Amino acid sequence: MAKIKKLPPQKAKDPKKTFKRLFKEVFGGNKLKLTFVIISIIISALSTVYISTLLKTLIDDFITPIIKSGTFDFSPLLRAMAGWAVIMVVGVVASYIQGRIMVTIAQDALLRIRNKMFSKLERLPISYFDTHQHGQIMSRFTNDADTLQQMISQSIVSVLSSGLTIIFVFIALLLNSWVLTILIVLTVIVMMKITKTIGSKSSKNFAFQQKNLAKVNGYIEEMMSGSKVVKVFNYEDQSKKEFDKINEELCSTMTKANTYSFIMGPIINNIGNLQYVILVFAGSLLSIITGGAYSVGSLAAFLQLSKSFTNPLGQVAQQVNFFLQALAGAERIFELLDEEDEKDNGYVTLVNAKNVDGVLTECKERTGLWAWKHPHTDGSGITYTPLKGDIVMSEVDFAYVEGKTVLKDVSLYAHPGEKIAFVGATGAGKTTITNLLNRFYDIQDGKIRFDGININKIKKSDLRRSLGVILQDTHLFTGTIRDNIRFGKLDATDEEIIKAAKLANAHDFIMMMKDGYDTMLNNDGEGLSQGQRQLIAIARAAVADPPVLVMDEATSSIDTHTESLVQEGMDRLMEGRTVFVIAHRLSTVRNSNCIMVLDHGSIIERGTHDSLLAEKGVYYHLYTGAFELS
Amino acid sequence: MIKKLSKSIREYKTTALLTPLYMIGEVAMEVLIPTLMALIIDNGVYNSDISYIVKLSILIVVAAILSMAFGIMGAKSGSKASCGFAKNLRHDLFHHIQDFSFKNIDSFSTSSLITRLTTDVQNVQQAFQMIIRICFRAPIMFIFAIIMVVHNGGTLVAVFAVAIPVLIIFCALFIKKVFPIFNRIFKHYDKLNRVVEENLTGIRTVKAYVREELEKEKFDASSSAIHDDFVKAQKMLVLINPVVQSVSYACILAICYLGARLISVGDMGTGELMSVFTYTMQILSSLIMIAMILVQLSMSKASAERIIEVLEAKPEMELNENGLKSVEDGSVVFEHTNFSYSGKDTPLVLHDINLEIKSGEMVGILGSTGSGKSSLISLIARLYDVTSGSVKVGGHDVRDYDIKALRDGVSVVLQKNTLFSGTVRSNLLWGNESASDEELTWALKSANADFVFTSKDGLDTVVEQGGNNFSGGQKQRLCIARALVKKPKVLIFDDSTSAVDTATDFAIRSALRRDVKNCTKIIIAQRVNSVMDADKIVILENGYIDDVGTHDELLSRNKTYQDLVKVQLGGKDNG
Repeated sequence: MAKIKKLPPQKAKDPKKTFKRLFKEVFGGNKLKLTFVIISIIISALSTVYISTLLKTLIDDFITPIIKSGTFDFSPLLRAMAGWAVIMVVGVVASYIQGRIMVTIAQDALLRIRNKMFSKLERLPISYFDTHQHGQIMSRFTNDADTLQQMISQSIVSVLSSGLTIIFVFIALLLNSWVLTILIVLTVIVMMKITKTIGSKSSKNFAFQQKNLAKVNGYIEEMMSGSKVVKVFNYEDQSKKEFDKINEELCSTMTKANTYSFIMGPIINNIGNLQYVILVFAGSLLSIITGGAYSVGSLAAFLQLSKSFTNPLGQVAQQVNFFLQALAGAERIFELLDEEDEKDNGYVTLVNAKNVDGVLTECKERTGLWAWKHPHTDGSGITYTPLKGDIVMSEVDFAYVEGKTVLKDVSLYAHPGEKIAFVGATGAGKTTITNLLNRFYDIQDGKIRFDGININKIKKSDLRRSLGVILQDTHLFTGTIRDNIRFGKLDATDEEIIKAAKLANAHDFIMMMKDGYDTMLNNDGEGLSQGQRQLIAIARAAVADPPVLVMDEATSSIDTHTESLVQEGMDRLMEGRTVFVIAHRLSTVRNSNCIMVLDHGSIIERGTHDSLLAEKGVYYHLYTGAFELS
Repeated sequence: MIKKLSKSIREYKTTALLTPLYMIGEVAMEVLIPTLMALIIDNGVYNSDISYIVKLSILIVVAAILSMAFGIMGAKSGSKASCGFAKNLRHDLFHHIQDFSFKNIDSFSTSSLITRLTTDVQNVQQAFQMIIRICFRAPIMFIFAIIMVVHNGGTLVAVFAVAIPVLIIFCALFIKKVFPIFNRIFKHYDKLNRVVEENLTGIRTVKAYVREELEKEKFDASSSAIHDDFVKAQKMLVLINPVVQSVSYACILAICYLGARLISVGDMGTGELMSVFTYTMQILSSLIMIAMILVQLSMSKASAERIIEVLEAKPEMELNENGLKSVEDGSVVFEHTNFSYSGKDTPLVLHDINLEIKSGEMVGILGSTGSGKSSLISLIARLYDVTSGSVKVGGHDVRDYDIKALRDGVSVVLQKNTLFSGTVRSNLLWGNESASDEELTWALKSANADFVFTSKDGLDTVVEQGGNNFSGGQKQRLCIARALVKKPKVLIFDDSTSAVDTATDFAIRSALRRDVKNCTKIIIAQRVNSVMDADKIVILENGYIDDVGTHDELLSRNKTYQDLVKVQLGGKDNG
């Protein structure tokens, strides 16, 4: 899978707020663990500082006395070293504990966030998917979640421990020599300035690089997927020329961006070296001036400490940019999590029912008989209406975007078992009507009733359960063929699945496949023909066995043999159900109880095939192919 | 492998070779500095010798500046060489792929070619950059630092004889344990992303069947697997720091003790002891660096192999650049043509095809999936070469033409067609770079793509990647127009109107008859409607020609055709 890398994320809009929320998200339920982590960080930072001062102790307290006394007695040193070893072990253990606890905290938090994101995705209304590019949503789960992962599992702790170390070391430095500390602070300021300048240049150039990289990758993607078209049009030389041009541009920006990020190391390192020289120089002077009161050991310790001061500072500086980037990612993730759910105020539910002495009553077991359970808001109790599949639309208006009406004053009805066909040009509103029935979108005006109940009152999941939908583009999921059919009814037995597949005419071709019903489908049913995919979609709807069926017949070409299989399967599936079909096949249209001819969102003609032909109106012209409806 | 790839270094050879030299310079200075500092302390500070301190300080400053200069030059040449190398590699790949024949293209999937040109090239670039910069830097720093330890601390070097093997063993064990886990994690990630992607494209199916909970379970399973393996891997990763720390602490303790003994007998100075501490850090960190490089390089090995696979694929077709330069007329003749996609040993897709199409005729081709329709027409534009027999266009074998001339004369509207990002105009100009606006307008009108004119920007209407801002039918009509701009002698539609409605389909055919004269039109279709009025209809079945005739002829004698008409037109001829 090669998706074009998106441009580098912009800075977070409100980093402080995002950080607070993220912090709460990560550590919220883990106060105790967090305390342990902080204590461990403090211990390990303290031990690091202590170890940096060992050199002074070694030189001043042991080596110098030994040289002076000339006794060569190393046993006090050995005893002291045992003590140091203990501190070292404590430091190492603390740093391990801290790391180990953070692993759990970070990974648990990421698991929570990922799962929250996905379950959010499943609750979003269809309109969200219409208005957001899939690539963008996808990158919340990939790019943004990845940077977040890095930030939570590494950066937060490293910044925290670096910060603490800096503070402790600073205190130790001050205690050692305030004169030299001032010098160190001055050089650090210079270092920071340079880091910032190079850093901002580098990130600017990286943004350019990403832009050019996206351009080159985009071009590659287009030319590779259109490579046969390129050949047919003799476009090879032209595309080579175009590619070389953007490739050259990419190379020059990439070189710049890389150079800036590579020179950071040597520059910072050597400023560190210069700082060292200054300190040695100043320290030596200090030692000479004070006549040895400021000992060589002290100087050695100071020099050692100075490294423990500048190194973490450099680390923090480098983390800052990444931190902001990750926060921007976190902000986008939170944005997704804060999106509004698909609303569902429905309270009428679908229940299993049985007929007791002519009265419909609710029951637990599956009876094959379904009823709408309608608890009336006015307190008049509960009524049960049998599920029949009677649909009435009255004066329905609809617009995807406010002001741009797509459907205008559409009224129609379908009695249980009737078949209603929609015909008309692309964009006339056929698909829209079917989308309203299962409330993928809510209507602006008018009413849709299902068995006499306004569909706004029906719980969405129950409404959708009672409607079978076959979309124009069959979408298959990774899994076995059996899994894909079972998608229609999760508790379907193998017998039910085979029965449905037989009804759909899919059984024969499935049995021809290597593993029959257990054949794995990948990549949206790669390897299956259009017709076979449709047959599976029909089987999937058949196993769900809904009273009402909404079908968008596929226009895509399938061979004649499969075509007749599909048609037969569809016909069998439609039997005994209320059917709304966007029809492309003449046979489907002809067998309909009523045909609606749509144009620009209105029904302009309605009637049976014969009556409409007799009318010699739009329908007549449409099917004699003399006239384009648009 | 390295030999093959290094061909792409070309003009960046000098830069690439200079980089390690710069790196060596930088490292040499970096390693020298601690020793100079030791000298300052031992000879200068202890003896209160200010002039010595000044002298050495200047030396250190010089060394630091040199090191910085080397470092900056190394950074510059390193990035120049690695980016340049990547550029050349991308160039080589892209140009090579452009020279691929259809057969080559078939053998690589589109997405794999894209990955090779993008991710794989980036991985190899990263590896190359590491090789010329860090691969030299780390080992050299390691060696230099060891030498300096011997120089300054003498026998202290023995400490590393213990420490280094310990670290190496740890790194090896670690890589062996963690690597497989990360490989697993990558697979889990693929799965997770697939679930998200499937839910993005199939959200309507999920919602229509109220299967949100099922999908959540699928997702949770993958994300839990990621979680568990990550915890496993991280549990080991968090060991790195403590282990490295322990080793370096142990070294420090040992050096403290041994150093104290050496100093006390006057074999070593305090400053030298300090320098040994610095070298200890350099030695250990360069070791870790080497381990990381090894991991990185082994990760990019697979990428390098995938790239080479493409570079080594030989274009299958002889282009005959000295062949005939123009196509005389639109006659097409198949003579005993046999064809199979991968040579003589595989089953034939077309058997002994004999077919004569006169210049200017309109020919329809019908047949079920797999009957060989697309294969048949692809031979006319020599998208593939025949296995035996011949195909003649304009009276000459297709192999006698310069392939460019042939494809200019024969325009194929492919079944899986694509538009390219740009404008309608830029897409149409693919057909003929120098076409005038009038010609483009004519092509659009003939293809029934009038919707272009009603849009605000007309010919300059933006086309998004893959033409995704157009409907299926609109895309097909634009593709037809693009083919018309070529003004070909033979025009071939491979199921090119499947997404337009019957009426538009009819309108396009009428326009073709009216506007595109002196051009042979060959139409593959699923709908009888689309070919009913052709001069000739060819029925293909299992790679054989079943029958050739007009609508009326076939309707009277051909069973397959009769069935087709019955299924599609409900048994009656309503055309």
